[in-house]
Amino acid sequence: MTSLYEEITPTSSDIPIKRITLTLNGESRTVDVEPRLLLAHLIRQGFKLTGTHTGCDTTNCGACTVLVDGTPVKSCTMLAVQADGHDVMTVEGLAGPSELHAIQEGFKDEHGLQCGFCTPGMMLTSKALLDRNPDPTEDEVRWALSGNLCRCTGYQNIVKAVLWAAAKLRDDADGGGEG
Amino acid sequence: MVLDEIKIGGLGASRLRVEDNRFIRGKGNYVDDIVLPGMLHMEILRSPVAHARIKSIDTSKAWDIPGVRLVLTGEMLAARNLAWMPTLSYDTQAVLATDKVRFQGQEVAAVIADDPYIAKDGCEAIIVEYEPLPVIVNPEQARAADAAIIRDDKANQTDNVVFNWEVGDKAGTDAAFSRADVVSKIEMHYPRSHPSPIETCGSIADFDRATSKLTVYMTSQAPHIIRAAVALVAELPEHMIRIVAPDIGGGFGNKVPVYPGYVVSILASILLEKPVKWIEDKSGNLISTGFARDIYLKGELALRNDGKILGVRMHTDSDHGAFFSDAQPSKFKIGLIHAAFSCYDIPAAYLTAQGVYTNKAPGGVAYRCSFRITEAMFFQERMVQAAADDLGMDQAEFRRINFVRDDDFPHRTAFGFLTDSGQYAKCLDVGLEAIGYQDFLKEKEEAKKRGRLLGLGISTMTEPLGAGNSREYDILGIKMFDSAELRVHMTGKALLRTGAKTQGQGHETTWGQIVAHELGIPAEDVIVEEGDTDTAPFGMGTYASRSTPVAGAAVAMAARKIRAKARKLAAHLLEASEEDIEWELGRFYLRGAPQRGVTIQECAMAAYSNMPDGMEPGLENVAYYDPPNLTWPFGCYIVTVEVDPQTGVWDVLRVVAVDDCGVRINPMIVEGQIMGGLTEAYAMANMQFITFDEDGNCIGGNYTDYLLPSAWETPGYELHEVVTPCPHHPIGAKGIGECATVGGPAAFVNAVMDALKDYGVRNVDMPLLPDRVYKAITERTDVSGAPPVRME
Repeated sequence: MTSLYEEITPTSSDIPIKRITLTLNGESRTVDVEPRLLLAHLIRQGFKLTGTHTGCDTTNCGACTVLVDGTPVKSCTMLAVQADGHDVMTVEGLAGPSELHAIQEGFKDEHGLQCGFCTPGMMLTSKALLDRNPDPTEDEVRWALSGNLCRCTGYQNIVKAVLWAAAKLRDDADGGGEG
Repeated sequence: MVLDEIKIGGLGASRLRVEDNRFIRGKGNYVDDIVLPGMLHMEILRSPVAHARIKSIDTSKAWDIPGVRLVLTGEMLAARNLAWMPTLSYDTQAVLATDKVRFQGQEVAAVIADDPYIAKDGCEAIIVEYEPLPVIVNPEQARAADAAIIRDDKANQTDNVVFNWEVGDKAGTDAAFSRADVVSKIEMHYPRSHPSPIETCGSIADFDRATSKLTVYMTSQAPHIIRAAVALVAELPEHMIRIVAPDIGGGFGNKVPVYPGYVVSILASILLEKPVKWIEDKSGNLISTGFARDIYLKGELALRNDGKILGVRMHTDSDHGAFFSDAQPSKFKIGLIHAAFSCYDIPAAYLTAQGVYTNKAPGGVAYRCSFRITEAMFFQERMVQAAADDLGMDQAEFRRINFVRDDDFPHRTAFGFLTDSGQYAKCLDVGLEAIGYQDFLKEKEEAKKRGRLLGLGISTMTEPLGAGNSREYDILGIKMFDSAELRVHMTGKALLRTGAKTQGQGHETTWGQIVAHELGIPAEDVIVEEGDTDTAPFGMGTYASRSTPVAGAAVAMAARKIRAKARKLAAHLLEASEEDIEWELGRFYLRGAPQRGVTIQECAMAAYSNMPDGMEPGLENVAYYDPPNLTWPFGCYIVTVEVDPQTGVWDVLRVVAVDDCGVRINPMIVEGQIMGGLTEAYAMANMQFITFDEDGNCIGGNYTDYLLPSAWETPGYELHEVVTPCPHHPIGAKGIGECATVGGPAAFVNAVMDALKDYGVRNVDMPLLPDRVYKAITERTDVSGAPPVRME
């Protein structure tokens, strides 16, 4: 059990603490949190998974996007206590340490990132899209990503990256079927 | 067998990026990802009003909150002579306000606490009493006879004028205008905009009492300049200051200046002897840091009936906000604004400029551009289109007859710059061919008959990229050169460090490609480090598209020094005299006996294990590069649009970009830069601006109000290239990062204006919001976007 800010926050009787249990990247985690703690901060500071970035604080930019029960959620405006009992996936959960998810490969192969700050959120939103629509059109990709802002790339290569990943995932699925 | 340069990731290879390996795994290391033992957190309290005297600040309730360690106010800083700091433009800026606040969002107090939530609680517990003062939000108000003096802190400041400046030949220009058949005039406002990288600014200051060393991890595009500023201004010993810029989540000029938050975090760490982290929230970033643009133009072109431009006359009024903190290194007051019209052969030009203080955040950062270049080129290309329309000439032909010709280089522009290379007409032709110019003109006429409004806009420009040379460019007296240090290990693998700092431009990938080109060492055998002032050689950082022109050149020069020493080692290994040694990529061989050779890797091993008598061991070198001139890339951007006259909404049909940035090191990365730049251009033309109401409230202090384009609105791009190598750069490269941002906006606006030509509309200020375009159509009038705006 992790207690967030345990070492540094002086015990204060008027701050209530809530115990929550969630599944994070496939692993069950129990943690005591302040009710006002944001999910993004629990992930970053509590669980020390810094791939989830906070950008705008207002649900606009999507840098903090994680998947909650498979749905893209801006974790900067979701309270940690709201994740109690739910399944959360961050960029660190996309693939094992020595593996890459097709979406990660696609972003690298198509130069779909520059500074890298929006990338984890972009990839998780892309994963949710491809999970429900394995063969999207360019317009469908652009619409699905419209809640994730990028200031570097101009999006064209991000769209290509997602389409690249979709094709690869379909190929892999076909190969799996035949094998 | 000669190495295949593309296979080893050399010049021209679209090598996939090295840095992506960590970014796609969420393993980047941005400043907010860094956690130091015992680290405290800082939050800044900002002014809610734009201009007010501070009557009192009561911090007692903040001190009472458990977990609050320190509350700092301007008064406490003043006691240490730190309430004000110098800016990069020889002005002063309040660190924490003492006498009064001068813009909404100005830093008033800081709370340092055990965690960021408690620090925020502390800020909310501070009570500040303000006495409101009259607010100034544009140059006209600033110049009014009875205007409040914003900078009454400055002894000799009796008005709100920052500077008056002029450049060019007044008499010659007047004479040109007196000879003109037609004088074309246009006025406009280039709105205030914010570079707004997704990552905000932040720092972790860590002062270690035991060693007296100050380490600052921070979002800086120019860490060495920060070290110099801390050493020279705070008078801390330079060797005891270490600035580390880790991964940066986009910069675009926003992360060049020194901001109060950095300074306060440093002071807090020194006072508390603990690491202090400050991570700005998005509103703080948008309302207080590094604005760009906010400049007004009165422009005139003297024209001959045959289309020849005889003279240019420009006056600009720039709004610098409350503190003149332009981060620009030229000796010119309003940056490189007079680089306008550099691609045109014009006999006479004259420009006057005035800068004023207003009650807005300090502005004048170079947002993805070189110091007012974006404004210069926007004004230029809007003036050019208006002039072509006034003459009734085809806009492409008008440009063509005024271009500097390919055989006229080097060319001294009317404003005094020296351009050195380009194929302007060819770029325009490639663009016109790609867009299908003649067909579109027919399509436009056909569409008009059915009530549809189509438009085509062109923007062509050359811009000076890559400050310095050091004769004309410096920051606080430090000359604008850059550096590279290359260390080749004994197995031929290498470590390269430069004075630049990547923020997404891909230096970790492209610098290795330059080494591969110069030495034949595969790019994958070169690791690149930047951003740590304790290890990187002194350089001026990354902005203004200067990395490839300056630091990139230094990489090539460092590699050439390595090659020169390796040649001596090769002669030793081949038992020949150095004069008889020939070079091919990655290998020295004996003249006349090409089978007798040694690879660069064998030379590297010899440098550590078998050097000739008297030779210094090792194989490393550092090069400082001071470019003889700026580089002059050229861009031609052509946009077609359809405007809906019923709503004022306009859609982009096509975007064609033809860029000539000389030799392309990594074409994939170059194209990525161009597409990013085009998107910023589209954003500024279409939606992205920060304005103010009459009380100085910033309209655009969050991403709900400050509209940035998403993948859905952003158009697709068609890219083309022309290659004119830079004559003075070691590998012929020119800057590229900002070209499309600089040249692009006018193409979008010209396209919409072209569509509105029949309505007698001369100008609609950016962004071309539907209500502005609708007003222009229905009222057949120009539309100004200058603040203040009325918020309904």
